[in-house]
Amino acid sequence: MATVAPPLPTAAQDQRLRRIWETKPGLFGFFGTVDHKKIGKRYLVTSLVFLLLGGAEAAVMRLQLAHSNQHLVTPEQYNQLFTMHGVTMIFWYAAPVLSGFSNFLWPLLIGSRDMAFPRLNAYSYWTFLLSGLFLYSSVLVGQSPDGGWFAYVPLTGSAFSPGLNLDFYALALLFLTISATVGAINFIVTLFKLRAPGMSINRIPIFMWGTLTNSFSILFALPALSVACVMLYLDRRFGTHFFDAAAGGHPLLWQHLFWIFGHPWVYIVVLPAMGIVSDALPTFCRRPLVGYTAVALATVTTGILGFGVWVHHMFATGLPPLALSFFSAASFAITIPSAIAVFAWIATIWTGRPVIRTSFLFMAGFIVLFVIGGVSGVATAAASFDQQLTDTYFVVAHLHYVLIGINLFGVAAGVYYWFPKMTGRMLDERLGRWNFWTMFLGFNLGFFPMHISGLLGMPRRVYTYPAGLGWDTVNLITTVGAFLFAVGVLLLIANLVRSRLTGAAAGPNPWDGPTLEWAISSPPPPYNFAVIPTVGSRHPLWEDRLKEGARTVLAEGPTLDQEKTTLETSPLDAVLTDVLRMPEDSLYPVLHAVGLTAVFYGLLIRSTALSLVGGILVLALTIGWLWPARRELEAES
Amino acid sequence: MTTATAQLGRLEHTMVRSPGFWGMMLLIATEAALFAYLLFSYFYLASMATSPWPPDGPPKLDLVLPNTGLLLLSSGSMYWAESGIRSGRTARLRVGLLITLVLGAIFLTIQGIEYSKKTFSPTTHAYGSLFFTITGFHGAHVFAGLLMIAVITVRAFLGHFRQGAHEAVTNVSWYWHFVDLVWLCVFTSLYLSPHFG
Repeated sequence: MATVAPPLPTAAQDQRLRRIWETKPGLFGFFGTVDHKKIGKRYLVTSLVFLLLGGAEAAVMRLQLAHSNQHLVTPEQYNQLFTMHGVTMIFWYAAPVLSGFSNFLWPLLIGSRDMAFPRLNAYSYWTFLLSGLFLYSSVLVGQSPDGGWFAYVPLTGSAFSPGLNLDFYALALLFLTISATVGAINFIVTLFKLRAPGMSINRIPIFMWGTLTNSFSILFALPALSVACVMLYLDRRFGTHFFDAAAGGHPLLWQHLFWIFGHPWVYIVVLPAMGIVSDALPTFCRRPLVGYTAVALATVTTGILGFGVWVHHMFATGLPPLALSFFSAASFAITIPSAIAVFAWIATIWTGRPVIRTSFLFMAGFIVLFVIGGVSGVATAAASFDQQLTDTYFVVAHLHYVLIGINLFGVAAGVYYWFPKMTGRMLDERLGRWNFWTMFLGFNLGFFPMHISGLLGMPRRVYTYPAGLGWDTVNLITTVGAFLFAVGVLLLIANLVRSRLTGAAAGPNPWDGPTLEWAISSPPPPYNFAVIPTVGSRHPLWEDRLKEGARTVLAEGPTLDQEKTTLETSPLDAVLTDVLRMPEDSLYPVLHAVGLTAVFYGLLIRSTALSLVGGILVLALTIGWLWPARRELEAES
Repeated sequence: MTTATAQLGRLEHTMVRSPGFWGMMLLIATEAALFAYLLFSYFYLASMATSPWPPDGPPKLDLVLPNTGLLLLSSGSMYWAESGIRSGRTARLRVGLLITLVLGAIFLTIQGIEYSKKTFSPTTHAYGSLFFTITGFHGAHVFAGLLMIAVITVRAFLGHFRQGAHEAVTNVSWYWHFVDLVWLCVFTSLYLSPHFG
């Protein structure tokens, strides 16, 4: 098939642009870079490390549960293991890994040179990393969070949890919300302001609709978690009574706040992954996605409905039947937009000519697991059924089908799809097949039997169980499957490491993909596009064969090779409005994040002095960060 | 840079806002959600209360009513300052910012006085925890707003702003109006609503 030849910059142009955009080598460059591609890759690697940490915790739990009456770990250790597993996977892997893709891809997909706020972008990475290190420093003192990832009071109040465990939890999450919030603002502004001319809002990839929806959800849902964590911390350390029924508080306040945040968060960690499938699947099916508009609208609808279903996590707390009916109905309704996406993918495969590569296999697996997780989700949306299954392994099975199926499988598909763009090398296809099949079979072998152990009445979060309940065999199968799945994940890591060093050269567009990122070399140069393109359709590189009459201009246009600038366009139609001056590399983000770390450690150990020093540092750095550079003032005068 | 935009056939829009302005609007959106959840918590615990709410009767309005007026006035002075620089009047910007700073500081001082007169503390009961946390969160936002105003006041005296080049002033003024608007919500919920209960 003929593709549009990617325009190559002239040597002189390349040199000029590199001088403007390339990060300087050395320590300053390492800590000060604001290049979205470097930040995106750091996000991806760091979140994969958290995936391995959370996986190791799960492996220990599965060994402990492989058989009845085992004592590999103590009950307290087990509590810390399942809490750290959940917290790590949900907060420090599942969402940040998608931010990694978004960070790397966002400007490439829209034909821009960087994000709207490059320094904030670096800042969101450093706060993500340091909040994760803050959380894991709890392991060093043996007081990791132990109240489950949703940390219900009164168990997590100071009366029953006097140690630092839950303080680490509340403060680390508060720290992380800063990272997620500035990241979300950056994605939204970049999408609405920095698209290449002509890339009207109906021409952006579905992945961007997913991250856009996820970013708005973050802005409106995360504050509920922040409020809850502040209250928990104040109750624990300063003797307030938010959750204390004896003094007019209420334990269910925690649950409401947590799940008002928590359910939108589920969509936050799956919508961009669904977007990855919506964008990569058409490439392997050799045709555009079926129902672009319907899928885009379904994505936004899911995000909005996601705010109206939180009580289905609280069906067993004795709320009035009217509330149960409403939230049950809302939970059924949210399956409709999900189904739209699933049918669009199936139709794309059905009417396309699928090329079966590893990335395609992961997407096919994603769809299968999404359907299974969706069905068990509909089951638990029925209040009466849910009341029987609350806190059993059925729920554990459901949430893992959703989070592994629709997050990790989508992420793996995205890794196989975009690794060539990120590194210039292909992932090994043969190892990829092994990788997919061990993960897919291992996952189903491990997690499908959890539905059964749940129906048999096995509660979640028990560190062991007596013999003779009929739970031994299913648990052994689950453990075997979980380890097979772990081998699959390690094969992915092995493939990444090996192919990074010895993989075949990728070239600009190894999959013959339709979108803008495939128009430039792999890996992309520091300045992304030598010429800012003018976009004419949803599939700039497929215009010849689609014969829709649209014309994207890749070879001619503004080069902006005198200063560090990129184009600003209007929010909906992407009409040029301005040329934006972009900031240079800077140490402010990393230092600011270090200052915040001091504040949080001060709060943890109740050292006013440490918090104050950190706070003053943060304040001074904020002022320095925002103070205009001399050239800005001169440019304005 | 203007020549570059001219060459590219820039389309002149009357209402093109900078990325910084968009960033500030989104910050305000997420902060508004934060206060919505705080007030949700207040009304939730109020609706669940089995004993009188508030426990010591509705809060007195003698200090807070004039204080609210003061804060609204500071929004006015901020608007006056910002609209001044929009038409290039630097002196008006400087005076307006100074007035806003003083009014904001008086607001916080009076709130401190009111705190000291309260018969309960954050640890007395859940109502006390809510009262001090919500007004405290708002007070912290006023303080943050004052820091921002202090910085742009310094910059105003250094001559950083002129007609068509005052983005920071505009962004800070939006934040300040937002903080005042939040106060009206906090004031209505915490101070007025118990009187109508």
